[in-house]
Amino acid sequence: MDGFTIAGARDRLTKGDLSARELTQTAIKAMEAARPLNAMITETADKALDMADAADARRKSGEAGLLNGIPLAIKDLFCTEGVLTTAASHILDGFHPPYESTVTANLWKAGAVMLGKANLDEFAMGSSNETSFYGPVKSPWRRRDDNAGLVPGGSSGGSAAAVASGFALGATGTDTGGSIRQPAGFTGIVGIKPTYGRCSRWGIVAFASSLDQAGPMTRTVRDAAIMLRAMAGFDAKDSTSVEAPVPDYEAALGQSLKGLRIGIPKEYRVDNMPAEIETLWQQGIAWLRDAGAEIVDITLPHTKYALPTYYIVAPAEASSNLARYDGVRFGLRVPGKDLTDTYERTRAEGFGAEVRRRIMVGTYVLSAGYYDAYYLKAQKVRTLILRDFEEAFGKVDAILTPTAPSTAFAVGAKTNDPVEMYLNDVFTVPVNLAGLPGMSVPAGLGSDGLPLGLQLIGKAFDESTLFRVGEAIERAANFTARPEKWWEAAR
Amino acid sequence: MTDPAKNYVEGATGPWEIVIGMEVHAQLQSQSKLFSGASTTFGAEPNSQVSFVDAAFPGMLPVINGKCIELAVRTGLGLKAEINLHSVFDRKNYFYPDLPSGYQISQFLQPVVGKGKLVIDLPDGSAREVGITRLHLEQDAGKSLHDQSPNLTFIDLNRSGVALMEIVSEPDLRSAEEAGAYLKKLRAIVRYLGTCDGNMEEGSMRADVNVSVRKPGQPFGTRCEIKNVNSIRFVQQAVEYESRRQIDIIEGGGKISQETRLFDTGKGVTRSMRSKEEAHDYRYFPDPDLLPLELDAAWVEELRRNLPELPDDKKARFISQYGLSPYDAGVLVAEQESAHFFETVAKGRDAKMVSNWITGDFFAALNKSGQSLQDFVIDAEKLGGLLDVIADGTVSNSLGKQVFAAMLESGKDAMAVIDEKGLRQVTDTGAIDKAIDAILAANADKLAEYRSGKDKLFGFFVGQVMKAMGGKANPAALNDLLRKKLAP
Repeated sequence: MDGFTIAGARDRLTKGDLSARELTQTAIKAMEAARPLNAMITETADKALDMADAADARRKSGEAGLLNGIPLAIKDLFCTEGVLTTAASHILDGFHPPYESTVTANLWKAGAVMLGKANLDEFAMGSSNETSFYGPVKSPWRRRDDNAGLVPGGSSGGSAAAVASGFALGATGTDTGGSIRQPAGFTGIVGIKPTYGRCSRWGIVAFASSLDQAGPMTRTVRDAAIMLRAMAGFDAKDSTSVEAPVPDYEAALGQSLKGLRIGIPKEYRVDNMPAEIETLWQQGIAWLRDAGAEIVDITLPHTKYALPTYYIVAPAEASSNLARYDGVRFGLRVPGKDLTDTYERTRAEGFGAEVRRRIMVGTYVLSAGYYDAYYLKAQKVRTLILRDFEEAFGKVDAILTPTAPSTAFAVGAKTNDPVEMYLNDVFTVPVNLAGLPGMSVPAGLGSDGLPLGLQLIGKAFDESTLFRVGEAIERAANFTARPEKWWEAAR
Repeated sequence: MTDPAKNYVEGATGPWEIVIGMEVHAQLQSQSKLFSGASTTFGAEPNSQVSFVDAAFPGMLPVINGKCIELAVRTGLGLKAEINLHSVFDRKNYFYPDLPSGYQISQFLQPVVGKGKLVIDLPDGSAREVGITRLHLEQDAGKSLHDQSPNLTFIDLNRSGVALMEIVSEPDLRSAEEAGAYLKKLRAIVRYLGTCDGNMEEGSMRADVNVSVRKPGQPFGTRCEIKNVNSIRFVQQAVEYESRRQIDIIEGGGKISQETRLFDTGKGVTRSMRSKEEAHDYRYFPDPDLLPLELDAAWVEELRRNLPELPDDKKARFISQYGLSPYDAGVLVAEQESAHFFETVAKGRDAKMVSNWITGDFFAALNKSGQSLQDFVIDAEKLGGLLDVIADGTVSNSLGKQVFAAMLESGKDAMAVIDEKGLRQVTDTGAIDKAIDAILAANADKLAEYRSGKDKLFGFFVGQVMKAMGGKANPAALNDLLRKKLAP
């Protein structure tokens, strides 16, 4: 699978010197070889081959879609009809949805092939993929001269590992506070969180409804452009989805950056941020300037309030969204002596520690007497954060920042300190709070040999500019590093 | 404004004033639910009208049903209320098995309809204005069935997600009678508008009744809320019982504690359900799955223009156009069908006579039959035919009642009954003369008494002649002829 990209595979499939079945068979073999990564909760090899055959048949009859025959991993937060869907939680034991999420349905309509359901943090709550009931995902990457297991980031850690290790050409992710961009940054791949409302949330297990957004994780910017076009679109079943035409994002690629203004927010520097991240950021600025863009210093003064605001809004919504997991209609039920006891046992056993923590935080901030001080204030700050961006976008076309304040860390390194873990999202959460598109592009390696990403933030519904600028960074960075396949030996 | 003192109830320590506010849940007459496409038909097989949204499956999202918004706004307009062009749906969070999502979507801080008013009609013919605080939209919950198994509770989610309007009144009502009048008027308005069928026995309308008592002129007392009362009669019984209970407690030196109570329809008493301390913290917050509801002012105006004539306007028109009494007009407009029936019959006829007949014998017979106006054996045309033959003297008014009774039984029209039974009124003076002569001859003693000044006996002779003629004599002609015969 090495060397394959969606665009490259598409060209070979079109030419006919490769069949979808051959490609899928290779992907399945690679997926099986990568099992030590624990990237997948459910593998659907048989289904994948059936879908590949159907793709080949469509190709013959001239009905090939945008992603015809392209094997993908699907984050196990997307409901897939008849296929176990877990959200990486014990509480969804045995849940086989009788419906298909809009985003995955769009992908299958475009001809894509499902390899299986990718591991994630439980209910997408986490930044390291260590909160999964199905065990942590191991990053394909290792530090130079160090065999310690590293996290792939989260919550879309399985998706990131699937793409970075090479068995999937792309994967779906969801991003509530950085869950696409941070793991993309940690694993040296491209990930874009589109504008809120660009992709339908229908059929995606909800974490925080006002923040959740689906997006693609791929090896290249071009692949992300191709995949997002297939995923996106208005959906009458999601009241927050936006009726705006989905452009051909690929067409934006390769255009000159001349005349584009790129904003550099002075607030995106945090205490103890490694110098190499600042250096990489400066490098990114230089690349874009060289490519013809104008660099503009901007200020996003409320940035420092974004993380606390996020950790009020997201748990508040989650505490309500997760009330439906009560053991009555689907998933796990732990019988108790009466109704309340059944609720309590089911939820205590069914939810992991991080999910329980967020349900409690969310319940607290919505409670009588605390609502005004926490939830209401957070909503007001959220408006201020959005206003910061709106003012900035009066002066610039896109904003460049680091994706995360560090490279990937070791499995277990931050599991005992939730606040330390939450700090990983410091550069990504403001984008979700403002509903804007954000993309992580691999830009270099840290001194430890691990990937580092740069984040581009765009105007609402202007993903095209992100692809255009992102590809310029990709070209300048010429990021070709791939993890060594230690897992093949580990089997 | 009526005299408030007439509603006071006597306690051991003097008069008390009862204060009542109502929260009425009215199910919207929409084909599908508030946020899903599932059907709302009453009485379907359990769990046969449940979508994945209603059952709160993972990843399912609510989408507002535009028809429900229209019906709620129309109701608001019917209550002469402010329509809020911007309103918000909130989540009300609590755990219960018949609430699958663990939250009810409702409107808390920003309802779609604001302040309005409703005029209640009282039995003495007076009317009084009651303030409407707000009207908001919310989802109904499912139903827990505890009586299907000795050790299991079953859940029916057919109602889950059905659209309700919660209509909240100001604490403006002062007696059980007024509470009943409020419900009757509200039901009439929603039925006129076609926004709710108002069938309380099917649960389409249910009332939460807030009751407190106070000494006249004092601030409001502590209130108790009686939940889910499902008939006008029960609401009145509940108010009677609850106000008396509160008065007794206070007069016994006790204090009222704010709580939620249930009305036991079997025993006619209210019982504590949960105290204020046990009340849920519902953790309301705006539902992030739904955008705020933005209404177009022009659309609202369009709805306003197309409102039907509502009970109060119709009543005023009946009074001025037909010269009816406020009471009769009120009775006729209580249901849209009866108002329409009246106007159909009154066309080209004496409206007062039509009104008297409809609100009298006709309604009595209709109520006795238990049928609806639509299915009743005597339709507008038949009643009109009867009134015509009374008006033109073919039968007298009292004979008309006999004809009416026969029509009820046979379903035939008035003329057919009259011909069949030979009830046609006799105006032939010769025949009446003959009958008078016979009666006077047979009652010589009475005749003598009359002649000696006992004028009252005139009525006796009229009755005897009428009886002898089987009631068919034309009353005017009979009076006329008898007077001549008796003249000295």
